[in-house]
Amino acid sequence: MDLSYGAEAEVFRKQVRAFLAETWQPGERRKAELKEFIRAFRAKAVERGYLYRSVPKRYGGSEQPVDVIKAQVIREEFARARAPMEMGGNGINMAVPTLVEVGTDEQRELFIRKTLEGDYIWGQGYSEPGSGSDLASVRTKAELSPDGTKWVINGQKIWTSQGGAATHMFMLVRTEPDAPKHDGITYLLLDLNQPGVTRRPIRQMTGMEGDDTFYEFFFDNAETPVSWQVGERGKGWYVSRTTLKHERASIGSADGLGRQFSKLVDLAKEMGRIGDPLVRERLTQIEGFVLSHRYTSFRLFSCQAAGEDAGPVQLMMKLLLTEIGHQIALLAQELIGDEGLIEPAQAGARGLITQQRGPNKWLDQIMGSLGNSIAGGASNIQRNIIGERGLGLPRDLAMGGEK
Amino acid sequence: MRFHLTEEQSAIQDAVRGTLADVWPMERLHKFADSQIDDGTDCDPESWQALMALGIGALALPEADGGAGLGLLDAALVCEVVGEAAGPGPVIGQILAAIAVARSASAGARALLPAIASGEAVVALAMGSPLVACARGATLFLTDGPDGAIHLVEAAADVSIEPQTATDRSRPVSRVNFAAARAHVLFAGDDPMAQRLRDAALVLIAADSLGGAQKVTDMSVAYAKEREHFGQPIGRFQGLKHQLAHMALDVEPARALVWYAAYAWDAELPDATRAAAMAKAHLCDVYTSATRAAIAAHGGIGYTWEYGLNYWFRRSIANRAWLGSPSQHRARAAELAGW
Ligand SMILES: Cc1cc2nc3c(=O)[nH]c(=O)nc-3n(C[C@H](O)[C@H](O)[C@H](O)COP(=O)(O)OP(=O)(O)OC[C@H]3O[C@@H](n4cnc5c(N)ncnc54)[C@H](O)[C@@H]3O)c2cc1C
Repeated sequence: MDLSYGAEAEVFRKQVRAFLAETWQPGERRKAELKEFIRAFRAKAVERGYLYRSVPKRYGGSEQPVDVIKAQVIREEFARARAPMEMGGNGINMAVPTLVEVGTDEQRELFIRKTLEGDYIWGQGYSEPGSGSDLASVRTKAELSPDGTKWVINGQKIWTSQGGAATHMFMLVRTEPDAPKHDGITYLLLDLNQPGVTRRPIRQMTGMEGDDTFYEFFFDNAETPVSWQVGERGKGWYVSRTTLKHERASIGSADGLGRQFSKLVDLAKEMGRIGDPLVRERLTQIEGFVLSHRYTSFRLFSCQAAGEDAGPVQLMMKLLLTEIGHQIALLAQELIGDEGLIEPAQAGARGLITQQRGPNKWLDQIMGSLGNSIAGGASNIQRNIIGERGLGLPRDLAMGGEK
Repeated sequence: MRFHLTEEQSAIQDAVRGTLADVWPMERLHKFADSQIDDGTDCDPESWQALMALGIGALALPEADGGAGLGLLDAALVCEVVGEAAGPGPVIGQILAAIAVARSASAGARALLPAIASGEAVVALAMGSPLVACARGATLFLTDGPDGAIHLVEAAADVSIEPQTATDRSRPVSRVNFAAARAHVLFAGDDPMAQRLRDAALVLIAADSLGGAQKVTDMSVAYAKEREHFGQPIGRFQGLKHQLAHMALDVEPARALVWYAAYAWDAELPDATRAAAMAKAHLCDVYTSATRAAIAAHGGIGYTWEYGLNYWFRRSIANRAWLGSPSQHRARAAELAGW
């Protein structure tokens, strides 16, 4: 085994570093000025082949051959320089890969570049009040207009992250009410700024409101062109399977977990508890899982670089990560003690500098870890996936039709 | 960058697995477990020779010493498979002794190297505790003095060995007193190799635990597919399915923790000592919880002697206590992190 990336990668690292030293100098820029600077910086990074590597050039990507080592070097160097990486969110992580894989040229032309540049923000329109884990039961329906050029949508979607800022939605709708549940779904793209769409924020348990929370959407004869349908009519379930894979990969970040763990150690120091043998025991116990996750990420990375299948362990990464999140939350709660009696100022709230947030800022993680174990496939669903697809145990009878 | 097994490494594991399937099936384990007190065997000669014939004693020896020149990682992969089978004999002691003696300047010990490499001399690991596994079958002991020095002691009349009724039936223990036995000093206590050998021992125990935890998980999954109740395989019941998923979730990601600790030892990385402590602590916890969960997943049959799950459960007790408990190693790891 060898965890060095090799001489070629180190030459590449030097190039990335030189690029960042030259190009990422935000200086004292703030607000609109900073935003413009970041946009220009990303454009240069794309030109150099550092960002949006899997997206074709003609749609605003850098169209690089698959090279997981280079991609990792880029992530490391950008993180070190605190330079902005690709835009986050469901648009980049889910809509774009889906369009790259199964979209029409027209759809790619219309949506990808604007999404990469941050002009289009996407909501993921999957969950409904009656459909979450049993996603294939979605009931929001779409019917063709009499002239056959438009889909007309009626129903409701819920828990849509970034729903306040979203300009568009990719969604699963029922188009074939008489077909078996997985075969009656179509994957549509929708412009959210139209009279047939009403949105409403749902306040989260964290207290978050406004732009920072998730939304529900009501569709009352909302319309979208038939040409905005992705994949075949009735095949939307299978189109959506491509996107969930992307989501899994984007949640499982070992570096982020490592940073969170070292902040937990800092918290123990800050609270004067680092000398407490019980705290040391809990910290190192959690670290055993954190490192397992980290080295398993290396393993997956190594398999991917070699073009080999890593096997069932891939299916475990989301649950592993969210279970560690629960453990971190419990220890953080112990450590902050009665600091936790006071609600922290909201993260990212305007005009607030982070220094003003004390140990009670861990309440974000203490609550957020719960959201992580629900969103993107609740933990019991992950357990089913590990048991059935990973260990080959017989399928749940209720889920016999799931694919 | 490479952080998964090569084909050769998988082939080594398959070879050891195949041999153990032949010489150490459940019937052998049962027979050995029941007979060891009466007939005085704590290292079954036939299965030991079969393992040694694979070159396990010489695996981590430099090629100059007639070995295969492989690393601790490869040794760990072998120990993992031995753990899977609840295998016989002091495999960890044997491998460590070969590593230690090959790097030592002691001429007396080095003269014993060919016999250690071939397995003709059986080496028990007698560090940290007077309770030593496979002591009666051993002709040599790898042990540590009070000052942390590493010694090799030849079995002789002045080494007293009192057999015990061992909890771990696959590797029975005796109470050993070296009294004034003559020792070859391999490394002084302040020699960095002394610490490295202790680290290596922890990594190999972690590897044995990984193999055992994987084995009982596999047994539980297989049983859940085949056992029917309420007219269906019990593996369809979600309560059980989720327990099995959690067993796998504990075991499979921990594999990379063992790999890393062994790799860190081989590459002499600055965090090698800490990685060994973390791996030993974590894998012994995993082994404990996996064996407990496996017995629960089997129902009544799991609680029998005959079915055999208890051999791994018992081995998990031994591995956990051996050379320090998870909490002791976590305390060290916290110290080593500078917290
Ligand atoms: C912070 C956050 C952000 C989200 N963002 C989005 C978004 O942007 N877009 C979007 O479409 N959705 C989003 N969701 C919704 C999320 O995908 C669903 O909440 C999730 O899939 C669970 O569905 P549900 O809420 O209907 O719960 P249910 O499916 O009703 O689950 C309730 C409980 O039952 C359990 N359960 C359900 N089925 C089974 C089964 N077969 N076996 C065992 N147990 C079962 C679940 O594990 C859970 O514990 C978000 C959720 C959260 C918390």
